[in-house]
Amino acid sequence: MAPIIEVNQLCKNFKELTAVSNLSFTVNEGDVYGFLGQNGAGKSTSIRMLLTLIAPTSGSINFFGKNLKNHRHEILRQVGAVIERPDLYKYLSAYDNLSIFAKMSEIKVSKSLIMNQLQMVDLADRAHSKVRTFSQGMKQRLGIAISLIHNPKVIILDEPTNGLDPQGIADMRNLILKLSREMGKTVVISSHLLSEIELVANRMLIIHKGKKMAEGVVSELLDPSKTIVQIETLNNNEAKGKLLLSKWAEFVQQNNGLLLLQMNKGDIPQLTIDLVAMNIPVLSIQPRHSLEDYFISLTNPNAHVEAFAN
Amino acid sequence: MKKTVKCMMILTTLLFVNSFIYAQDINALVQKVKAKIELVNDYEAKGKMKTNVAFLKVPIANVMVYFKKPNKLKIKNEKGFSFIPKGAVNINMNNILSNKFTVLDAGVDKIAGLAVRVVKLLPEDDNSDIVLSTLYIDEANALIKKSKTTTRDNGTYELEMSYGKFAAYGLPDKVIFSFNTKDYKLPKGVTFDFEDGTKQPKAEDKTKAKKAVPRLRLIIIV
Amino acid sequence: MWKLLQIELFKISRRPRTYIAFVAIAAIVFLIQFALKADGKSYIDLITRDIEESFIIDKEKALNGYFICFLLLNTLLVQVPVLVALIAGDSISGEANMGTLRLLVSKPISRTQLMLIKFLACFLFTVALLIWMAILALFGSMLIFGTDNMMVLKSTGATIIERGDVFWRYLAAFGYAILALTTVAALAFLLSVFAENSIGPIVATVCIVIVLTILSNLNVPMFDKTIRPWLFTTYMVGWKGFFYINYNDDGQTITGSVENWHAIKRGIFLLTGHIILFVGIAIWVFRKRDILS
Repeated sequence: MAPIIEVNQLCKNFKELTAVSNLSFTVNEGDVYGFLGQNGAGKSTSIRMLLTLIAPTSGSINFFGKNLKNHRHEILRQVGAVIERPDLYKYLSAYDNLSIFAKMSEIKVSKSLIMNQLQMVDLADRAHSKVRTFSQGMKQRLGIAISLIHNPKVIILDEPTNGLDPQGIADMRNLILKLSREMGKTVVISSHLLSEIELVANRMLIIHKGKKMAEGVVSELLDPSKTIVQIETLNNNEAKGKLLLSKWAEFVQQNNGLLLLQMNKGDIPQLTIDLVAMNIPVLSIQPRHSLEDYFISLTNPNAHVEAFAN
Repeated sequence: MKKTVKCMMILTTLLFVNSFIYAQDINALVQKVKAKIELVNDYEAKGKMKTNVAFLKVPIANVMVYFKKPNKLKIKNEKGFSFIPKGAVNINMNNILSNKFTVLDAGVDKIAGLAVRVVKLLPEDDNSDIVLSTLYIDEANALIKKSKTTTRDNGTYELEMSYGKFAAYGLPDKVIFSFNTKDYKLPKGVTFDFEDGTKQPKAEDKTKAKKAVPRLRLIIIV
Repeated sequence: MWKLLQIELFKISRRPRTYIAFVAIAAIVFLIQFALKADGKSYIDLITRDIEESFIIDKEKALNGYFICFLLLNTLLVQVPVLVALIAGDSISGEANMGTLRLLVSKPISRTQLMLIKFLACFLFTVALLIWMAILALFGSMLIFGTDNMMVLKSTGATIIERGDVFWRYLAAFGYAILALTTVAALAFLLSVFAENSIGPIVATVCIVIVLTILSNLNVPMFDKTIRPWLFTTYMVGWKGFFYINYNDDGQTITGSVENWHAIKRGIFLLTGHIILFVGIAIWVFRKRDILS
C-alpha cells in the first residue's frame, strides 16, 4: 500500500523544551493510524505540524509523496481535521458553520451537499440551530462533518472522543470505522484513551516525551504472551507461595499485595484448573492485557502496580 | 486685553452735492450735519461686509443694511450665518447725534490731505453709555469723515467714512469701523485642535502681526 | 479572495457585538441632536461667549446641520476608536479564543491571505461605521437643522465657511476619518495576533490610543519636534484640517481652500504608513506563529 504520510526526523523545540524529537513514521493508504501518548507526550504538537499549525524546527513531512511545506495548499485540500475540541462559530448555525468551512476548502458548495453531510452525522434536523445550543457530542459530530465536507483523502482526528459520553464515544468509534471501511479514507487518530485506539486502529505509534516508543501493526504490538492476569483469592500471600512452588513460578510478578502473572492469554484455562488442584480459593481471574497496559508499561515500567491498584 | 477692530462701509454714490460752507459756528456745523443725516427717514442698502479680526476668519458677506429713524440700524446677512459687529449697529452717527450734547471746538486736523474740523460732543445725559464723541467734519460738505466714540463699557469705537453717491444725505458708501473686542478664548474641552506642529510659519506670523491692529471691515455697496 | 472576504463579512455581520457600534453611534447622535434641538442656543451661548461681546450671532442660523455635524464628529471620533477596536481587536484573538483559528489555518489558504482578508473585513467594517455616521450625523443633521454657513471654532479663533463650500469638506473629512480609524483598526488587529482572548487587545488598543493622544496633546516643547509629529494619534483629528479654511492677508477666507494642506498630507502619509506597518508586522508575526490555542 502506498504511503500517504511520511514523517522524517521531525523535531520541534519550544525555546528550551523539546516537544517532539526525531519522530519518524509512515501512514499508508487506508490505515486507521493510532497516535498514542499521554497528555503532553507531543502527539498534539505532531498533529499540528501535520496540519501546518506549528512549524517544525527540523525534519520533513510528506503527503502523497509531496513536501508539505512546498505543496501546502494542494495537500491541505486533501486533508480534513478535527483538532481537539471541535470549536466552531457558536453564534452561527450548524448549516452556516459547515457552509463557511466548505467554501474555505475550495469546493463547490450546494445546499444539498451541506444537508447530506449533516444527515450523515445525524444533525439534519438541527441544521439551523445555533451551535451554542449543541451538546459536546453534537459539536463533535458537526466537527467531523466539517472535516469531511470537501471529501478529503486523509482525515486527522486529534482526541476526537474528548469530553464525550459513553454513547458519544461509541458513535465516534463507529464513524471512524465507517470512514475507513466504507469510505476508504485514511484516518489518523490521536488519543490518550488508548482503549479507544485499540478498537479502531490497525497501525499505531506510541509517543512519549516527544519520542517514538513503538510503531507497528496493532495486532503485532499486542503480543498475547504478555497478558497480565490478576488473580484474587481469599489469601493472596498463601496463594502466591503455592504458585511460586508450581510450574507457574516464572510468571509470577513482583508486587505489593496483588497477585499478578504475566503469561499467554491462551493458558488461562490451564491456570484455572491448576489453581483448583492446588486448593487455592479463587475469587476472580482477570486478564488485563490491553493496549493501554502495553502503553503504560512502555512509557512507565513502574506503572503496573499503580494502574492495577486503581 | 482689549483690541481695536475697524469696520468699513461703502455706499456707492448716486448724487453729488456741491455746497460750500465757510467759517461757521461749530454748533451750527454740527446741527447742519445732523440735519443732513436726518433727511433720511429710512433706507435699505445692499452691501459687502469684510471682517478683519485676528481671531475671526470669515468670508466677505453679502449683507443688507436697514435703517429707520431715529436710530434703528440693522445689518443682516440674508443668505446665511455671519458675525455682525455689535458696535456697527449701536454706535452709528444717528445714535450719537440724536441725543442731547454739548459741543466743544477742538480745532482743525487733516484726514487724507483734507482739512477737517474737529469737534467733541459731550452727552448731557449722565447715564449715557457714550462718554465722549470726537467728530472730524468736512466743513465744506458737512460730512463726518471720521469719528471716535468712547463708551462707558465697551471701549472706543472709531468710524472712518468715505462718501460718494449719497453724500447729500450724509450717507457714506464706505465705512471702516474699528472697535475694541475682548480677547477670544474658547471654553475648555470644547475642541481638540488639529495641529501637527508642522503649521506653516506664514500663517502663524500673519496672525501675530495682525494681533497688534486687528481690523474688522464692513463694505456696503448699493 | 472575494469568497473568503464574503465569509469574513458574513461572520462579522452575524455577531451581536458588531451592532453595538452601530447602536452606540446612533444613540450618541440622536441624543446630541435632540439636546441641541431642544436647547442648542445655550450651547452656542457657551461657546461663543467671547465673540458675542462684540458680535451679534444669529443662533438659529449658527445652529445648522453643518455645525452640528462638526460637533458630532468631534465627540464621536473620540469614541469610535473603541468601537473599531471592539471588532478589529477580536479579529484573530477571537478565533483563537473560540478555537476556530486552528481550523482556519489548516484550510488551504495561506496565512498571509487569511490575514489580509481579515484586515480587509475590519477595514470594511470601519467604512460601514463611518457611512452610518455620515448618514446620521451629516445627512440627519442637515435634514433636522437645515444648512447654512458653518461656524468652526478653534482655540485660536472662529471661522465661517460658506454653505456651498462645506459639503466637499465633509466628504473629505469622512474619507480622512476612515484612514484614521483604519489605523486604530490596524493597531487592534496587530495586538489581536498576540492574544488568545479578545478583551486584551481591545483594552490594550484603547489604552495605547489614550496614552498617545495625551502625548499628542501635551504641549511639551521637547515632544513637539521629536515625538509628536510621528505619533499617529496626532493625526487622528486631522479631519478637522479640512475645516480650517485658508484666508488672505486681509483675513478673508478663501472659498475652496484649506489652511494647512501640508499637515493633512502628512497625516495621510503617516496614517497610511502606520497601517502598513501594523498590518505588516501582524502578518509577519502570524506567519511565524505556532497555533497552540
